[in-house]
Amino acid sequence: MAALIELAYLAAAALFIIGLKRMASPATARAGNFLSAVGMLIAIVGTLLDRHIVSFQWIVVGGAIGSGLGLWMARAVRMTAMPQMVGILNGFGGGASQLVGAAEWHRLMQPGALLPLDTAVSIYMSTLIGGVTFAGSMVAAGKLQEIVPGRPVLFPFQHLFNLVLFLGGAAMGMYLLISPGRPEVFAAMNVAALLLGVLLVIPIGGADMPVVICLLNSYSGLAAATTGFVISNHGLIISGALVGASGIILTQIMCRAMNRSFTNVLFGGFGAAIAASGGSGGRGAAPRGVRETSAEEAALLLGYARSVIVVPGYGLAVAQAQHQVRELADLLEKRGVEVKYAIHPVAGRMPGHMNVLLAEANVPYPKLFDMEQINPAFEWTDVALVVGANDVVNPAARNTPNSPIYGMPILDVDKARHVIFLKRSLNPGFAGNSVLHGSGPCDQDFRAICVYLRSSAVA
Amino acid sequence: MMEGLVILLVIFVLAMFVGLEVVTKVPARLHTPLMSGSNAISGITIIGSTVVAGLGATKLATVLGVIAVAFAMINVVGGYVVTDRMLQMFKKKPEGGK
Repeated sequence: MAALIELAYLAAAALFIIGLKRMASPATARAGNFLSAVGMLIAIVGTLLDRHIVSFQWIVVGGAIGSGLGLWMARAVRMTAMPQMVGILNGFGGGASQLVGAAEWHRLMQPGALLPLDTAVSIYMSTLIGGVTFAGSMVAAGKLQEIVPGRPVLFPFQHLFNLVLFLGGAAMGMYLLISPGRPEVFAAMNVAALLLGVLLVIPIGGADMPVVICLLNSYSGLAAATTGFVISNHGLIISGALVGASGIILTQIMCRAMNRSFTNVLFGGFGAAIAASGGSGGRGAAPRGVRETSAEEAALLLGYARSVIVVPGYGLAVAQAQHQVRELADLLEKRGVEVKYAIHPVAGRMPGHMNVLLAEANVPYPKLFDMEQINPAFEWTDVALVVGANDVVNPAARNTPNSPIYGMPILDVDKARHVIFLKRSLNPGFAGNSVLHGSGPCDQDFRAICVYLRSSAVA
Repeated sequence: MMEGLVILLVIFVLAMFVGLEVVTKVPARLHTPLMSGSNAISGITIIGSTVVAGLGATKLATVLGVIAVAFAMINVVGGYVVTDRMLQMFKKKPEGGK
């Protein structure tokens, strides 16, 4: 039976890997996700066959509550709120790891008895990483949902305090290795882990949350893997390692897209820097002059263009304007205009977020292009339509060394013949070379432009 | 005892390499579903949670285990369902838009 269970875990791990492999293309991704879910089901059924399990009723109760909540959350969440959703799910994964560690410790702890060293170390790692993941993810989700202030919360000696907290947690773990029968020390270690999770995320600005979410994704995998070490389970270790690797890659990609080092994100308090330097970023750019435009003029420019590239930013999602963008694109395509979308890696609030939002608005994914693919195309483009995006098109990143975003790869919208910015407020730092600027909430601008395009004015 | 730990470590490191290899191939446009999907995989702690909850060792351990089961299931079910919701949108390719 034990061999059968191990084989079930092997099957599950194999299905997870195949599932992730199928994520390489949108055409096979859904089937891949399904395979991965089947793998999970096999793993769960296999575990229930374990003859050490004596009582099932509580497992069923816990499982039913969790499944119900998970299902409800997954159905109810808006696509714009996906980063928070992933953050919360991360948190629950980490929390489960911490709880398993704590439960195992309580089961194995006998006054005076020594835990085997490997088990003990695994338990402490599992509770520490799990606790940090749980608390950190919840704070990150709170920041994204704007329940917790999005601005970096800083206090004096913050990093020193975190270091002390971390060393304190580790020291308590060491102490428990020597004298295990001390529940109060174990409890204190768990509290330290939770506190550390909160304090590590709270100084990080809202703009850096994509990186944090990726990092916590990685942690939740590592937490699962350490839980695998606790109960010597290969399935957990393999799956945890897969997720850990995925999170690490995404973290790297995000950092590169913002031209920031990993340590800079974690310890930099980036949001604060941007607030302090205000909008001075764009001064180095040669301004081509900004002027207000009307929806009619924008409609004329767009209607008579041969090629248009839409550059969506998070502002688009905030204004829920993705459907209007699609409507406008349809109108333009009917007139024979070629419409493409340029997606910057950090457009949106998490990796790939903007693609999901546009997919929700039924924009066919072959029209969405990554930054490297589309940048050479701007030169031959008539109009770049920038919707609710700032940093990702700001030339200050290219030529203003003292700008906080200097060195960040950007979309070369300034190479297009015309640039139309649609945004609520025109931040001088980012408008260095905008040609036209629509005012008012951008979904209304879209409606107005569509009205003009439909009318005979642009025949 | 320590050999056991080393074997687990070997498995961990090799799986990590597999993960890096597979995930690098995922295009940027699918990174959000990738995250929520891999997130669901990290709900594999459900295995540990189930064992701990089912052993019936101590009352406290069982209670913690049951909460862990609930947490892990939120992670698993929520992760897979929301990923499917997103990928479904990607599959829809209206032919009319050319």
